[in-house]
Amino acid sequence: MTAEVATAQTVEDAARPRRKVARSDRARSEARLGWLLAGPAFVVMLLVTLYPILQATYDSLFAYRLTAPDDKEFIGLRNYVEVLTDSVFVQALLVTLLIMVVSVVVELLLGFALALVMHRAITQLRGLLRTVILVPYGIITVVSAFAWFYAFDINSGFVNHWFSWLPFIDTDLNWFAQQGTSLFVIIASEIWKTTPFISLLLLAGLAQVPTELEEAAEVDGATWWQRMRKVVLPNMKAAIMVAVLFRALDAFRIFDNVFIMTNGANGTTVLSLLAYRTSIGRLEIGLGSAISVILFLCVLLICFIAIKLFKVNLAGARGES
Amino acid sequence: MRAMSTRLKVAWAVITILVLVYALFPVFSILATSFKLPSQLNLGTFLPKTWTWSNYEQILTGSAKDLFLPSLRNSIGISLIATFVAVVLATLAAYAIARLDFPGKKLILTTALGVSIFPVVSLVTPLFNLWRNIGLYDTWLGLIIPYLSLTLPISIWTLAAFFRQIPWELEQAAQVDGATAWQAFRKVIVPLAAPGVFTTALIAFFIAWNDFVYGISLTSTSAARPVPAALAFFTGASQFEEPTGAISAAAVVVTVPVVILVLLFQRQIVSGLTQGAVKG
Repeated sequence: MTAEVATAQTVEDAARPRRKVARSDRARSEARLGWLLAGPAFVVMLLVTLYPILQATYDSLFAYRLTAPDDKEFIGLRNYVEVLTDSVFVQALLVTLLIMVVSVVVELLLGFALALVMHRAITQLRGLLRTVILVPYGIITVVSAFAWFYAFDINSGFVNHWFSWLPFIDTDLNWFAQQGTSLFVIIASEIWKTTPFISLLLLAGLAQVPTELEEAAEVDGATWWQRMRKVVLPNMKAAIMVAVLFRALDAFRIFDNVFIMTNGANGTTVLSLLAYRTSIGRLEIGLGSAISVILFLCVLLICFIAIKLFKVNLAGARGES
Repeated sequence: MRAMSTRLKVAWAVITILVLVYALFPVFSILATSFKLPSQLNLGTFLPKTWTWSNYEQILTGSAKDLFLPSLRNSIGISLIATFVAVVLATLAAYAIARLDFPGKKLILTTALGVSIFPVVSLVTPLFNLWRNIGLYDTWLGLIIPYLSLTLPISIWTLAAFFRQIPWELEQAAQVDGATAWQAFRKVIVPLAAPGVFTTALIAFFIAWNDFVYGISLTSTSAARPVPAALAFFTGASQFEEPTGAISAAAVVVTVPVVILVLLFQRQIVSGLTQGAVKG
């Protein structure tokens, strides 16, 4: 009896580690296969982003111009001091933030209206609406910038002629000669092009709101506005937050429309354009790298604020949960 | 469904027209401009007074031909290759993420997310410098590599979401029914996965096709300059003429194929865009 138990125990003891080995063997081979398949994509992603941002961080510590590459000299954080105390940089930062805030707010409202329209539309209309809504998304940003630029341009545009009955518009109005009107057209083209994306994200969020809840609220006599505020919006908060964060980051990097319409004239320079002009235009790699790094840190900061303060669960909302 | 009341019908008609105008007006605006005579550009009308093909002739056979046609070739070639590479790499990665259990899965998805929010301008300065030193400046490869930073992350997310929905048990079921492993894969899994892969390719292509920052920063001649960058370098037929007509015509030429793709694959694009972003 005792002997039997002992034997059984040894058998068990012998079997347990073997099973463990077998299991971890399978797990290990699965891990190996997993990394074999996903590894190349992972390495490529690191190579195309991590290397450049590290190089930019390194270059930002030097006085370094491509016009005089031999004068490369280590100057510590002086490039950052120069950038941060430069009024041009501060103005570019403020303009970028203004564009970001205005376009995200308007896009959220407009995108939500469009999402509601698509959500409520009868089946025959839904396909048509979703198709036309995708057209701005598919159009090249530069093309959209030209379309808006030519429409408002004092020479080739028709907007001044069409709206000359408005008090502040006449045929002599040069939209691209002052900051306010230039930014208006820049933001309008940005909103036009990217609202479809936000509205599709919100449409997906709307589809997740349980219909029973909404119907129950309707039966209980809640008004449309009450149903929106108490049932629909709280249930799609995650979708809204993700849409806002993605669009905010996107708008913060705005470049194409500004380059095409004003090239930064009349106080419309944005951060991306400033970085581009400094490093690619004036070949001041050290200074340009510093702006690039600051731009990158701003993006990180926006993400951090969104995730910590507003508890946006990016991974969860993006299908990983 | 009961017949709609007339009032509701009218309301929906108005809403539909508003959405149509919103989405299509700028497109029609540049389309109309592309048919205007250079001498009639400043009339301030929406539609051309005299319709003309001259702007299209200018970019396809005339003076702007050497600026536009090479850039069109570059854009198509570079975007297709960058899309193809990204979709192949992303398919392998997404398959592993959807079907295998291995440490680092989250890390890969988080990295993809991080790369997709990276400001392109931050990457372009060091690449500009490096490409000049190793001879990749102003080449196709010099754009294809950075384009992967745009196309690869979204491809991984979109495909991983698609692959998660595939009922993989069907593969085993087919094998139980006597199919070989290869037959089961080809006849069962490939048809289920193909729409997702195709949609991902479409979205990745749009993103590469849309790039402007890399295009103007990492090229200097028609050897590799893509269309969006080339549009910014168009000049008029003479020094005193604005290139408005030629740019509009070129813009229409690069927009039409995209609009056709959108019309054909609306359903797939919508599901791809929203699945990659919000769990649907």
